[in-house]
Amino acid sequence: MKVAAPSARDFRRNPLTAAAWLALAAYVAYACSRLDFTWARFVSGLDNGARFIARMLPPHIEQPDALLTGLAESLEIAVLASCLGILVSLPIGLAAARNLMPAWASWPARALIALCRSFHPVIVAILFVKAVGFGALAGILSLAVGSIGFIGKLFAEAIEEISLKQVEAVRATGAPFMSLVSYGVLPQVFSRFIGFATYQLDSNLRNSTMVGIVGAGGIGGTLFAAFQRFDYDFVCAILLCIIGMIMAGEVLAAWVRGVFLEHGKVEEE
Amino acid sequence: MTASALSIRNLDKEYARGKPVLRGISLEIGATGITAIIGPSGTGKSTLIRCVNRLVEPTAGEIRFQGEDLVKLDRKGLRLARRQIGMVFQEYNLVERLSVMENLLCGRLGYVSPWKAWLRKYPQADIDRAFSLLDTVGLAGLANQRADSLSGGQRQRVGIARAIMQEPKLLLADEPTSSLDPKTSVEIMALISSICRGNSIPVMVNMHDVELAKRFADRIIGMSGGTIVYDGGPAGLDEGVLKEIYGGEGWLQ
Repeated sequence: MKVAAPSARDFRRNPLTAAAWLALAAYVAYACSRLDFTWARFVSGLDNGARFIARMLPPHIEQPDALLTGLAESLEIAVLASCLGILVSLPIGLAAARNLMPAWASWPARALIALCRSFHPVIVAILFVKAVGFGALAGILSLAVGSIGFIGKLFAEAIEEISLKQVEAVRATGAPFMSLVSYGVLPQVFSRFIGFATYQLDSNLRNSTMVGIVGAGGIGGTLFAAFQRFDYDFVCAILLCIIGMIMAGEVLAAWVRGVFLEHGKVEEE
Repeated sequence: MTASALSIRNLDKEYARGKPVLRGISLEIGATGITAIIGPSGTGKSTLIRCVNRLVEPTAGEIRFQGEDLVKLDRKGLRLARRQIGMVFQEYNLVERLSVMENLLCGRLGYVSPWKAWLRKYPQADIDRAFSLLDTVGLAGLANQRADSLSGGQRQRVGIARAIMQEPKLLLADEPTSSLDPKTSVEIMALISSICRGNSIPVMVNMHDVELAKRFADRIIGMSGGTIVYDGGPAGLDEGVLKEIYGGEGWLQ
């Protein structure tokens, strides 16, 4: 009792916490002033916004062919990129799981996943457009890269959380490594994996409408062109169609979950 | 007892350098019968059992099984040896999300190619054996239940059936009854005893419950501080010996 420092029985707020909050507030104020982020500018901008919205209404489908082919291409990009990404991320995610793999396998796999995750799909799409040319191929590749990063990381984390007792029991039977994975590991992560995969399909569907802006195929190209021509009523029609497609995608993802996980319930972990 | 099924010589294990858990264990396990290992917690009973199939790597020593030194085997050799050693776990260690039948067939994974195992294409003989074993352990009709829907006693029955599916030449059991109630514990030990005596499989089992060990084992090994302090029949396990194994005496009253 006597040796304890006098402050041991004090109950006070941690001064570091207070300092951190203060620093955040100061930085927000500084950033606002630098970027001219003020109420007056917002109010003057509202006027502009109202005129823009007025020109969007009523929506008008000016080029039905471009709209339909764009939407179809976006859907194709999303599905192909998801399939490719999921297929490639399975072995990479497995290799990255530190509880099953030695360091010489997991570190390169983790580095690859980190690399895939470090850029936004649009930046990757720009790189692929430069590499393989304009069109859907660039879009598919760029979204596949993003999918590998996302699913690979979550898959590896899911494997790192499994019960090793079940793996140990399968190992004790003398099972070869691939059977150890298919019986001891995969059943434990399957439902979560389906969850990641359908979420990624959903997210790829949204991203596939955007990579077209940089020329990587899909509805984004049509949308961007309509903006540049000031065809705001066509822009509005395209946006409504994208909303419809995303909603259909949600339904599709829920259906996929339902097929793989009985009654579509995501199981508790 | 004829030739021994397993012979352990001078087995050492230290998890951290300079802190041995097992110190020079030498032990012969006969070709039949149940050998129970008792001793206080932390004395290395579990480590000893796990060193046999190298779920824990021994530090030094020799473990001879079927004419080979298990300690020296490479990955492939170890895998082939493990096929002949069944194991039953304290917490059953079933694959929770697989069906009872799939868990039983896990016992055949060492004999079936990964591709066929993935497609669930097992030889018909294995499947027939699995169904008859399910009858034997009293779980007929539960083949398609998921393992996580079973009770503790039922799970351990699946665990035993999985180990027996391997047609093992030795059965290791690491505290097989410690997660079960007293009545179920007796039933599980009776099941292990009857199956293994019926198939002439020698059993090496860790136990906490001295009375249960006395009731089912042919031979009792008492361990304390990483060494063997008693080796003999259940009848010789008197108060003096128990005092030596567990230390103290207040608990014996």
